[in-house]
Amino acid sequence: MNEQFDSSARQSRLALFHIDGPLLLGLMLLMGFGLMILYSASGQNMIMMKAQLIRLGVALAVMVAIAQVKPQTLKRWSLPLFIAGLGLLVAVLLVGHVGKGAQRWLDLGFMKFQPSEVMKLAVPMAVAWFISSHNLPPRLWHLLVGFLMCAIPTLLIAKQPDLGTSILIATAGVFVLFMSGMSWRIIIFVAGVISAFLPVLWIFLMHDYQRQRVLTFLNPESDPLGSGYHIIQSKIAIGSGGLEGKGYLQGTQSQLEFLPERHTDFIFAVVSEEMGLLGVLVLLGVYLFIIARCMFISTQAQENYSKLVAGSFTLTFFVYVFVNIGMVSGLLPVVGVPLPLVSYGGTSMVTLMAAFGVIMSVCTHKRMLATP
Amino acid sequence: MLKKRVAIQDFAAETRLFNHRAVVAMLVVAILFCVIIFNQYQLQIVSYQDYQTRSEGNRIKVMPMAPNRGLIYDRSGILLAENRPVFSLELVPEQIKDMDAVLSALAQLIDITPEQIESFLKHVKAQRRFNSIALKEQLDDTEVAILAANQHRFPGITVEARLSRHYPFGDLFTHALGYIGKINTRELQQLDEDGEAANYAASRDIGKIGLERFYQRELHGTMGYQEVEVNNRGRLIRVLRSVPAVSGQNIHLGLDVGLQLTAQQVLKDQRGAIVAMDPRDGAVLAFYSNPSYDPNLFVHGISSTNYNALLHSRDKPLFNRVTQATYPPASTIKPHLALLGLETNTITPSSKIWDPGYFMLPNVDHRFRDHISWGHGWVDIYTAVMKSCDTFFYELGVKLGIDRISEYMGKMGFGERTGIDIFEESSGIMPSRGWKRARHNQPWYLGDTVPLSIGQSYWTTTPLQLIVATAVILNEGQLATPHLVTAFSDEQNSTFHSPPLQPAIEVVDPNNWQVVRDTMHRTVKDIGGTAHKAFIGASYDAAGKTGTAQLAAIAQDAKYDAKAIDERLRDNAMYIGYAPYDNPSIVIAVALENAGGGGSNAAPIARHMLDYYFTAGVNANE
Repeated sequence: MNEQFDSSARQSRLALFHIDGPLLLGLMLLMGFGLMILYSASGQNMIMMKAQLIRLGVALAVMVAIAQVKPQTLKRWSLPLFIAGLGLLVAVLLVGHVGKGAQRWLDLGFMKFQPSEVMKLAVPMAVAWFISSHNLPPRLWHLLVGFLMCAIPTLLIAKQPDLGTSILIATAGVFVLFMSGMSWRIIIFVAGVISAFLPVLWIFLMHDYQRQRVLTFLNPESDPLGSGYHIIQSKIAIGSGGLEGKGYLQGTQSQLEFLPERHTDFIFAVVSEEMGLLGVLVLLGVYLFIIARCMFISTQAQENYSKLVAGSFTLTFFVYVFVNIGMVSGLLPVVGVPLPLVSYGGTSMVTLMAAFGVIMSVCTHKRMLATP
Repeated sequence: MLKKRVAIQDFAAETRLFNHRAVVAMLVVAILFCVIIFNQYQLQIVSYQDYQTRSEGNRIKVMPMAPNRGLIYDRSGILLAENRPVFSLELVPEQIKDMDAVLSALAQLIDITPEQIESFLKHVKAQRRFNSIALKEQLDDTEVAILAANQHRFPGITVEARLSRHYPFGDLFTHALGYIGKINTRELQQLDEDGEAANYAASRDIGKIGLERFYQRELHGTMGYQEVEVNNRGRLIRVLRSVPAVSGQNIHLGLDVGLQLTAQQVLKDQRGAIVAMDPRDGAVLAFYSNPSYDPNLFVHGISSTNYNALLHSRDKPLFNRVTQATYPPASTIKPHLALLGLETNTITPSSKIWDPGYFMLPNVDHRFRDHISWGHGWVDIYTAVMKSCDTFFYELGVKLGIDRISEYMGKMGFGERTGIDIFEESSGIMPSRGWKRARHNQPWYLGDTVPLSIGQSYWTTTPLQLIVATAVILNEGQLATPHLVTAFSDEQNSTFHSPPLQPAIEVVDPNNWQVVRDTMHRTVKDIGGTAHKAFIGASYDAAGKTGTAQLAAIAQDAKYDAKAIDERLRDNAMYIGYAPYDNPSIVIAVALENAGGGGSNAAPIARHMLDYYFTAGVNANE
């Protein structure tokens, strides 16, 4: 009786701050797991740990802040945000900061800023705003407008060039269309168009290093010391972990730095090496829990806009997880996608937590509306 | 219009549609999670062994450690070949920001040639950046000091010490010791065939000639190794296992520094060889070929200028005159022939012949001249050896015949390698009927036997063969194998090396052997003996035989005039001897190219050697 009261009291306290308890639990578990692995993957680097902790704190704050915003407000701001994002993308192409051969950053003086991060949120929000302002399922011309809204930022980002992000942004927008009930015939048609578009992509849009990544993915052993090195070392790390792993901080591939990018994109290999298949299953379990919880929240939302945005963010989150693990374990070509909330790194984490903030907003404000 | 449609939207249908899509999406998510898990299973469970092995291969490297090469000592323990640190200037490219600036700054401190820089830069490209690469090897003390004082200015620059072979006596022992040099492709192939290559994984040098080559296996030792954990850049993280290298065995020679120095001093510029041996066991006491050269030049790779100078020198310093030079033995083999004459009863100790100053074969007009043109008169075996009467031996040789001479001298070691422990050895020529047929496709004429009987014509021997054959006379038929090495040692124990004497000749009458030794004794002791003058006043009782090998053919009635002929065609002076007469502990041969008469030139040099041996040095403790 007492417990039940306590529990419901806690729930209501969380609800007061528009926080979904189970989702927060999942995210905290993931962050805790991530920090533990990062400690090992960074070579026990306390400076990195501190930086990551601060980032996680900031990201959590952003999530909580956005969770306070009503879905209606978010919906209202969707289009302006999208237009502003487009403007920034054009700006980055004109005056952007060149790093690693790509023009992705906008130097604001006090910080560097990647407008493509904004678009990760703005594109699905804007598409959802447009689609939800009509009845579902969307008509053909709604879909065409939706696709156009995806295509323009995608092409601008691909031109930076940042193929990985551009594809993820396009995917996020397309997820909105999928969730809105786009007919299967059109889905198949679009899939066909994309397949036809792939050679164009290969020949005109991809840079040499990107083509090399794909070729290396198809046959990593062809260049074991060059571009195949990453994936070979990563697979060795994963495979040599076995069922139980080599032990925390005991991974030779990662601790002796045979594994490249071990604390960023390839951190999943560290998990596999040191914690084995069992550790991987735990991590996948946490991810699956978060995804399932988010998808459940999206089905519970009242408005179509909320459902579509939450559904799209959920699937995009899954795509991040799948693409990262797939690339690290040799299922997919190497594209620079971090493992969400585990990899060391900045902006993408804030964006991600902002998305969770949106999902929480959708989830908690619904109840507020339902109960007088 | 738009507003109206929104107003009549079907919430239930839309929710169903969305939920349906959510279920489909979650189904796809579940399937893709299964794909990931299946792939993880494949990698971590099915292929676990494979990846485990590759992971270990990544992190564990075996680093071979070269053993220290065994040292070489003379008979009294003086170092003849040592390993001493040489200093080289090494740079770690990883730690150097501006290579060009550093190189030019270094060039201002010490001499660095453009070739050294070029070769250095080539190595920089070929190797990993954290590897230390030598810019200049063999720094001298001044350079080491300059670099040490300036080291703080150049991060990434070190002066490295590495053990390197050094021969402190320079050219004094070269032809015996030989030298080591960098292992070449052919030697590597040979090591591979012998199954030794693995043991040389860390070794850079190998014995090229001389003892260094002959005892390569003993001197080299056994490689050690470290199993180390390395990171992705190959940098050592920690040592997992260490098996120390086992140093090569030290070798101890019978050679004596003092005797060698004496040999070098007395020979001065005279081309020739001095070799001495203990007849009782074959241990070589002196081994000197003149001119010699500095083996240290070869250790770090000799420059082509230096090498060409050695190779094309008229005096042939690279040539080992002790074991490779084949000289006509001349009269030095008269005691050996006398022994054969006695043992075959061809002559007796008391038989005499009349020497008119020449010898003629029946029915042939040719006169084989004695070196005393007016002849020795009546000559017995003692006088014949003592005064080196040619006519006596012409007649003896003809009576013995080529077959008996060839067989008996062969048993004494002529025409065969002695088996000394270096590879650079010639067999010389002990002519026979078969040899002449094979070599010149001619039958053996009686006229060939005559000059052969005084050690001329086809008969050639190395100085070493002469003392080996002489030792057979002293050992009454036992043949000793000459050997430079007398013992091996390592930290714990030492083993003596002394190949046993081999029975070579059956003794018919021991008295005959005594007679022959007596003739050699008288050569030194008696007034009129060819070596008498050289040994007047010696503190020990010596015996010996002189020889003067004629190199130029002299016309029938002409007289040999040393001044009239080319210096390089002048007679070789030869001497063999031993001491003490009653219990010989040293047998010595001296061969001097184009020096003239053996009695006046070679014998005094043998005297110097024996004087040193008996008074100053080696024999003092015996």
